[in-house]
Amino acid sequence: MSTRSRSLLFSSATGIAGVALLAVLWEGYKALGPAEGLRIGAVEGERGSGVMVLPRTDDVAMPHLIDMLVRLLEPVSSSAADTPLWLAVVQAASLSLGIALCGLAIGLVVGTVLAVAMQRVRIVESAVLPLVILSQTVPLIALAPLVRSWGARIEIGEFEWQNWMSVAVIAAYLAFFPIAVGMLRGLQSPSAVDVELMDSLASGWWSTLVRLRLPAAVPYLVPALKLAGASAVVGTVVAEVSVGLPGGIGRMIMEFAGFVSSDPAKVWAPITGALLLGLVVAGLVALAGLPLNRFRRTELAS
Amino acid sequence: MTIIIDTPERLDTTTDAVSVDGVTRIFSARKRGAADVVALSDVSLTVHAGEFVSLIGPSGCGKSTLLRQIADLDQPDAGSVSVFGKTARRARLDQDYGIAFQQAGLLPWRTVSQNIALPLQMHRERGLDVAARVRELIELVGLGDFADRYPDQLSGGMQQRVAIARSLARNPKLLLMDEPFGALDEMTRERMQSELLRICGETGAAVVFVTHSIPEAVFLSHRVVVMSPRPGRVKEVVVMERAGAPVGSDAVRDDAAFFRGVTAVREALHDGAAAGQGVENR
Repeated sequence: MSTRSRSLLFSSATGIAGVALLAVLWEGYKALGPAEGLRIGAVEGERGSGVMVLPRTDDVAMPHLIDMLVRLLEPVSSSAADTPLWLAVVQAASLSLGIALCGLAIGLVVGTVLAVAMQRVRIVESAVLPLVILSQTVPLIALAPLVRSWGARIEIGEFEWQNWMSVAVIAAYLAFFPIAVGMLRGLQSPSAVDVELMDSLASGWWSTLVRLRLPAAVPYLVPALKLAGASAVVGTVVAEVSVGLPGGIGRMIMEFAGFVSSDPAKVWAPITGALLLGLVVAGLVALAGLPLNRFRRTELAS
Repeated sequence: MTIIIDTPERLDTTTDAVSVDGVTRIFSARKRGAADVVALSDVSLTVHAGEFVSLIGPSGCGKSTLLRQIADLDQPDAGSVSVFGKTARRARLDQDYGIAFQQAGLLPWRTVSQNIALPLQMHRERGLDVAARVRELIELVGLGDFADRYPDQLSGGMQQRVAIARSLARNPKLLLMDEPFGALDEMTRERMQSELLRICGETGAAVVFVTHSIPEAVFLSHRVVVMSPRPGRVKEVVVMERAGAPVGSDAVRDDAAFFRGVTAVREALHDGAAAGQGVENR
């Protein structure tokens, strides 16, 4: 137990050190880098010519971290009665968080069902797996309007398609992929000896799935879930913009981008929020994975 | 220690445990141009209730394939297999046999007792106290202190004991064993052989035991079935004399009858084939 809590302490410490390192890099480059950046092949007297190889470090392009933090405490707009910026960011991020988790859940279900179907029937695997891979090559921005317009046609009784559902569907579209692929590998991972043992015990397909294949798939599922969590966040942020869903962090990034010259620190607030959103989802996935550690003994021991 | 052998549907002991009749198994070649492999050719064999029969022969003689026919993990192309008078498939579905392989094949996420309990959980018997039965089995294979350990915390020999306990879980009247001690060191191996005989004596189960070790086959068996490869067939059946030292004791290994048995099996193996080919002589 003590080694476990010590390793937890160690990983938290390295995590914090990583964030600190990022802050040092930011401020260090800001202090040492050229204020106007470095351009190659720039023509004298012509603004914006050449290729920028080092970014500018002035306060508009790279505000000090402390300025960003102070800005977070101030109201969103110039009127003092407005909500503080940090609160607005947290509210937007929590809306996105809910949608991302919703997408992740759909992705988990869809990915698992696909993987089980592919494991069960060879023909399904050879027919569906290429489609699954192909699905990830469709650009998200092409997909978003389609999902939205299809969704708008769905109306079953009281149920009416909401815009956030389109966003969740797109997040799920990205999230199901690593789960389907990882889960399939995991379900196929038991050795011939294990499968024959189940056969000799007169185990049916379902019983073998529950007692052998699903537990054996856990070491493959946990890393797949981490990937899927990150994909769900990216999918949510991008889809909020493409679908045009207000209130989320993705939309906020776009809205605040307009303040880049007048209020540069404000631009970074929703970006920080998106980062935190990713961290929270990663943390939740890791937490959800803890009870599954029993199935990862051989993996964790090595 | 008392082990309850009687189950409500006690099998008729006059029925043979295994009856293999003219079984042929041909593995068709995957690649074009390659010849089909005749793994078993017209093999017949009878194992009586409570009898210990070893299958021995060089690699590729079809001894494992024969065992898999009896276990219904593979089906013959010709001939028939019956287990306790039923088809092999019926016997498998009725869980009439227990099986152990060369690899222990334990589920790494289950403890020793959970692994042993697996066959009992899959087909629940009414009125059976699973926990008590598992404790009994753990004592039987001498793993009393390791009930809550995971397989990765056990040595190879201990893992194999767990696998054997699992194969005994439903108190089968037939044990099928495919080189279960093949991966163990010599000392562990000899101890496990003695324990297996003790367990068989207590449960009265018939055993079909695949091995490529002559002393192992001679020490354990009532009869040793010597097989030859390409095509796999039964070459000779050597009946062991069981006299002198008590069965299963280490004294048997020094007995003159034991050495006569080893010689007889070795001669049967080498007769006609190039001496020593593919046979491990340990």
